[in-house]
Amino acid sequence: MRALFTVFAKEFRENLRDRRTLVSALLFGPLFGPLLFGLMVSRMLNQSVAESDEPIRITLSGGDHAPGLTHYLQAQGVKLTMANLSESEARAAVRRGTDQVVLIIPKEYGPRFSAAAPAPVLLVADSSDSQTRKSADRARLILGSYASSIAQLRLQVRGVSPLLAVPVAVNEVDVATPTGRAVVVLGFMTYFVLFAVLMGGLYLAIDSTAGERERGSLEALLSLPVARAGLVGGKILATCAYMCISLGLSLTGFVVVFRFVPLEKLGMSANLGVGTALTLFAICLPFVPLGAALMTLVASFTRSYREAQTYLTSVLLVPTLPIAFASIYSLKTKASLMFIPSLSQHLLMTSVLKDEPVAALDVWVSAGASLALAGLLMVLTARHWRRETMLG
Amino acid sequence: MIEASNLSKRFGAVEAVRDVSFVARDGEITGILGANGAGKSTTLRMLYGVLTPDSGAARIDGIDIRGEISKARAHLGVLPHAAGLYGNLTARENIHYFGSLQGLDAARLASRTADLSRILGLESFIDRRAKGFSQGQRIKTALARALVHDPGNIVLDEPTNGLDVMAIRNLREMLLALKRQGRCVLFSSHVMQEVAALCDRVVIIGHGKVLADATVQSIRERSGAASLEEAFLQVLGDTEGVS
Repeated sequence: MRALFTVFAKEFRENLRDRRTLVSALLFGPLFGPLLFGLMVSRMLNQSVAESDEPIRITLSGGDHAPGLTHYLQAQGVKLTMANLSESEARAAVRRGTDQVVLIIPKEYGPRFSAAAPAPVLLVADSSDSQTRKSADRARLILGSYASSIAQLRLQVRGVSPLLAVPVAVNEVDVATPTGRAVVVLGFMTYFVLFAVLMGGLYLAIDSTAGERERGSLEALLSLPVARAGLVGGKILATCAYMCISLGLSLTGFVVVFRFVPLEKLGMSANLGVGTALTLFAICLPFVPLGAALMTLVASFTRSYREAQTYLTSVLLVPTLPIAFASIYSLKTKASLMFIPSLSQHLLMTSVLKDEPVAALDVWVSAGASLALAGLLMVLTARHWRRETMLG
Repeated sequence: MIEASNLSKRFGAVEAVRDVSFVARDGEITGILGANGAGKSTTLRMLYGVLTPDSGAARIDGIDIRGEISKARAHLGVLPHAAGLYGNLTARENIHYFGSLQGLDAARLASRTADLSRILGLESFIDRRAKGFSQGQRIKTALARALVHDPGNIVLDEPTNGLDVMAIRNLREMLLALKRQGRCVLFSSHVMQEVAALCDRVVIIGHGKVLADATVQSIRERSGAASLEEAFLQVLGDTEGVS
């Protein structure tokens, strides 16, 4: 036990002096997520605000053939640019991006409109461009409402109730709560938190195993009268400590970012104050020894820093798998899923962020399963360290 | 005192060490001489317990390594072939780390470090980080680390490998000082002159077996050779690769 604390203290102090560890554990790992998150959300915000404010632009060709439609479009606030384009010219212009949406009104529009036959118009747009697609959708909507108002007038003129043409009245009710909608955005935040946990311990796990071997201090260490379990325990404990620091910094980063990113403008409210951050910290805590033991175990098998780095980068992706799975199948918090580490933390964190009630049993199962797996990995690590092959 | 009796170790199909027995006495420097791959490191590694012998036994100051390896290790200072330091720790911290893992308390750590620092000449760099150490400074620190718990026996695996002339000279003086203190010094080497210059007793190992185990003096007398080098060559017979 004494050895465990000696090893812990030494690894903790030694890595505190290592710039590489500090940058990855205390800077890049924890702050990458919040910063990226802040940037993305602000960008989304700017975009959506810009979109709703900006009038759509349509290049109108042959407007003379349809003065009624032209007036209607202008009345709807569409910025019209008059032009005279053939269909192929319009296609080329849209493909080039010089015009976003082109509306061509052919010569026969007038006669057919007067004859109450379907009058053709041609809408040219590029649906692979999300920006243009939105403009085209809005143009289609405006054209549709023009068409239906004309249709109603025609029916009325003929003495038919326009209501006959509306057999079904669809009423939509959107039950998404502001916080609920925010969860779509918050979904990947939980991954950044778990990522920060693993990043925090990454270099320490490498340095205390493969690093020990590479710098040639391992054999001297193994020849000391200390139980190998004590050595391994101290190393894993130091890795845990760095992970906790990284986790704390990451959550602090998110709290700060959420202060400055006006999520309400997107119709969301994020439930992330200091209290929630502490709850999230507690939820992630059992994941810490699991990550530390996993990384130490994997790194123990490697011969060099570089090799360890290669393998552990894949370990960083491990927590993404269940989370990706969960979002593909849109899994909800369920007792049986609490047995899966990283997924259970993701689901619990999401629930807390959504301000949903969290069952105490779920929390215990999540923690218990993660800790049990962590214990198993620690035993395996200690057993590996007792092997002669550990010398390499 | 270190006693090895009938130690054997095999790695797969390779018999690395076969039936090796010798005694390294207190107050003497015992050299294990052999070519690269002769089984020197494997033998030493079994003595300090990072490898388990397939058969045979070894005792450190009478303590059986198989029964009480931790107790035996407390009597043993080890300088392995790769004796790397922790670059981000100072020399003092490197020494303290090993000392506290040996179970020394703070007061004893401080006094031992002060003694070793004086004896081995670490004063000028003891509070500097080990990252930029010269070979000489590194070997002195590693030796201090191995000696911090004041062991009666010191095992060194090819300690002069990769050292420059000054560092080798320093090391030689340090080993002689340890011998004068009455400790048992056991070191391996593939350099004959080094063993001849330093050792009281030589164990020559070839292909995992002991070829000769005698005092330097008796080897010289027995062979009747004029120079020590020739005497060695006669003992070695067909063993190749010893420089």
